[in-house]
Parts: sequence; structure tokens; C-alpha cells
Amino acid sequence: MAQVSSISNEQSSTAKSIILKISRYNPEHDESSQFMEFNVKYEKWTTVLEAILDVKKHFDHSVAVRYSCRQATCGSCGMIINGKPRLACFTKISELDSNVVTVEPMNNFPVIRDLAVKFEKLFDSHQKIKPYLIRDDTELVSDEKEFLQTPEEVEQYIQFANCIKCGLCNSACPTMATDSSFVGPQALAQAYRYVADSRDKGKDSRLKIIDDSHGIWRCHFAGSCSQVCPKGVDPAMGIQLLRGYMLGFRS
Amino acid sequence: MPQDEHKEGVGGMINPTRYGIERVAYLLMRLSGLGLLAYFVAHIYETSNILRGQVGWNEFLELTQTTEGHIFLAIVIAMCVFHTVNGIRVMLGHGGVGVGKPARPDYPYDPASQNYRHKIGIYSSIVLAAVATMYGLAVMFGE
Ligand code: HEM
Ligand code: SF4
Ligand code: FES
Repeated sequence: MAQVSSISNEQSSTAKSIILKISRYNPEHDESSQFMEFNVKYEKWTTVLEAILDVKKHFDHSVAVRYSCRQATCGSCGMIINGKPRLACFTKISELDSNVVTVEPMNNFPVIRDLAVKFEKLFDSHQKIKPYLIRDDTELVSDEKEFLQTPEEVEQYIQFANCIKCGLCNSACPTMATDSSFVGPQALAQAYRYVADSRDKGKDSRLKIIDDSHGIWRCHFAGSCSQVCPKGVDPAMGIQLLRGYMLGFRS
Repeated sequence: MPQDEHKEGVGGMINPTRYGIERVAYLLMRLSGLGLLAYFVAHIYETSNILRGQVGWNEFLELTQTTEGHIFLAIVIAMCVFHTVNGIRVMLGHGGVGVGKPARPDYPYDPASQNYRHKIGIYSSIVLAAVATMYGLAVMFGE
């Protein structure tokens, strides 16, 4: 299936070009994935997602890719770019510093087709840790007060609230590479996000959920999740702080 | 049909060429842990030779006096020192020590948990293991 094709293009002559290798795979009828190669022009600001969309527009519309916001906010466009999980919309071709850009579907997620992967398990694990404030009262009733927080209290969890559920962390995690039941860095970081929130009273029930043989104890603090996170969530930090509570190092 | 989860598998798990020195430490910790476990079992077997009396004991001990025996013991020293020093680092990290404080993240979002304290811990365990191994080799081959 491999072929090289050029997009005859009206773009300015200052544009440089790269070979974009796209992994093509349809689990319904393909034995294995194969790369298709395209010659794509780019500018300093061109993102990998734009290059893929260029291929779809000018050469092969059947390339399957998921995206929405194009600004690192929706978490749809995670894929393996030159060997590492990254957001396609947040990765500029120029910053990759390579004449060949290879895009593959994220590891540790079932492939739907080409670059699009299934997120069901990611969302299920996220839901499992109860990603909402747990307490008996509510601020929705008119005679209740708002739950005020000091800036310092917000600081305790706001970094973890930045998570866009893109799954890059789960794709980089060495435990995820072999353990199908592991809850994963994304969900564990979110467990910490709520445990560290001064308004939340659900700490005990959440710690019980992750205190499981495929829960927090499967984390070996390899830190790859934090290295690939595009939003500065630093899941590895959240997980170790959470484990600090469970081991009695922290209160 | 069970769905193919597209897992990276063992090859991805042990690949130390991505994600920095932390993944090298992760791999070395596993290898040294398993190596020490194998050594521990072999060690129990070896010392049980004392049941065969002095001759059996001395016969077996001679294995450690060969070049191969010296090299084997040098590897054990390396595994022991790396596993212990890095193990202390990992245990502290697991307890939330030295992993940084939560803060409002700013571009380019350098993760605070992947900091110089833990990197120094990893490099120190490698350097200490190398020094101890060289000392061991000097003693064993210097006899
Ligand atoms: C004072 C000495 C030791 C310390 C501080 C220590 C510490 C640790 C720690 C913290 C881990 C977990 C690493 C992780 O989460 O990735 C570990 C794993 C392990 N250790 Fe040790 N250990 C020591 C001695 C030993 C000895 C003597 C043996 C063998 C008999 C051993 C065998 C193992 C094994 C097999 C693993 C599992 C490796 C893995 O799953 O990655 N350790 N050790
Ligand atoms: S923690 Fe980071 S890498 Fe993981 S899902 Fe959230 S935003 Fe993506
Ligand atoms: S398209 Fe929304 S995160 Fe990339």
C-alpha cells in the first residue's frame, strides 16, 4: 500500500516539505497496519494535525483521524508522533526537527481505524473514581452559601483540574503496556484532584476504590505520564501524593 | 472475539530509550530485583552444600574463585548497590517525598515530579553501583 504522493500546492515557495507517514489499519478487514507516505509542505507554524488534514483534503479523504478544538482543549487528537504520544494539534512539525514525521494510533487503546482509538475504558476508569464533589450539602439550594476557597486551597488541586482526558499519559505508562485492568495515571490523577479539594468529603470512599490490586499500587513512579502530558497535570506527582496519604506519610 | 487492546506489551514496558533516565532506572530496578531474587535462591542452594561436609563446601566455594565467579559476584554487587540506593529513592517518591508541590501550571509545563532531586538519586545509584563494583573487582582480582 505504501506510496509517495505529492500535493501540488499553491503555497508560498518558502515552505519546506516533509514525508508524512500515516499508519493505516482497519481492524475489520486488515491483518496488520501499513504505512502510507505523503509529501507535505509545511510552514514554521504548521501543526501535525494540519498536515494530516492537508492529506485528507488533497489526497486521501479516507484517513481516519479524530479532532475537534484544534487548540489542545478537547483531548481528541492524541496519537504517537515520531514515537511518542502527543496531541497532533499541539505539535508543530518544525519542533520535531525531522524530515520524516510518523503518525500512529496511541498505544494501549483499541484502534477504531487508522489514527482514531477507542476511549471507552479511559472514560470508565475516570468515572470509577467519582470525579465530582462528594458531600451531604449542596450549593444549588438557594439558602445555602457558596463553598468558598482561599487561593491557597485552589492551588492544591487546580493543576490536576487541567486534565483534558486525552489519554496520552495512559499511552506512555509502562504498566498500561501490559496490564489490561490497571486503572491508569489519568484516573489516579483525578482521584487526587478531588481528594485534594477542600470542598470534597469523599476521600475515604475514593481511597477505597483505588486501593486495589490493579489500582494505585501498580504505579512504579516511572514518570512517563508526566513527561507526555500536554497540560502540565503531572499525574505522577498526584499519584505519589495520593499514595503518601495511603502509606501514612501525609495526612 | 476479544477486542485487540493494542497494548505496547513487554517490549514497550522495558524500552529504556524513551522518557529519559527515569525509564532507565525503572528497567534497572526490575532487572536488579529479579537478578537479586535469582541470586538469593542460588545462594540458599549454595550454602546448603555445607550439609555435604567440609569437602563439599570447599569444592563449591572454589567456583567463586574463578574468573567467571569473580565477574558473577561483581554483577551481584552492582545489582545490590543499585537496587538498594534506587529503592530508597523510589520508596521516598512513593510516599510523596521530593515529588514537588502542586502549583498553577504554566507553559511549557515542565512536570515538577520529574525533578533534579530524583534525577540525582538515579545517577547517584548508578555511580555508587559502578564504584562498588570496581572496588569489588579490584579486591577479587587483586588477590
Ligand atoms: C535494602 C535493600 C532493598 C531495598 C531498599 C529494596 C527496595 C525495593 C523497592 C522500593 C521496590 C519496588 C520498585 C518499584 O516499585 O518499581 C523493589 C522491588 C523488588 N525487589 Fe527490592 N529492595 C531491596 C532488596 C531486595 C532483595 C535482597 C531482593 C531479592 C531477594 C529484592 C527483590 C526485588 C524484586 C524481585 C522486586 C520487584 C521488581 C519489579 O517489580 O520491578 N529486593 N525493591
Ligand atoms: S493527565 Fe494529562 S496526559 Fe493524561 S489525560 Fe489528562 S491531560 Fe491528557
Ligand atoms: S483537536 Fe482538541 S486537543 Fe487536539
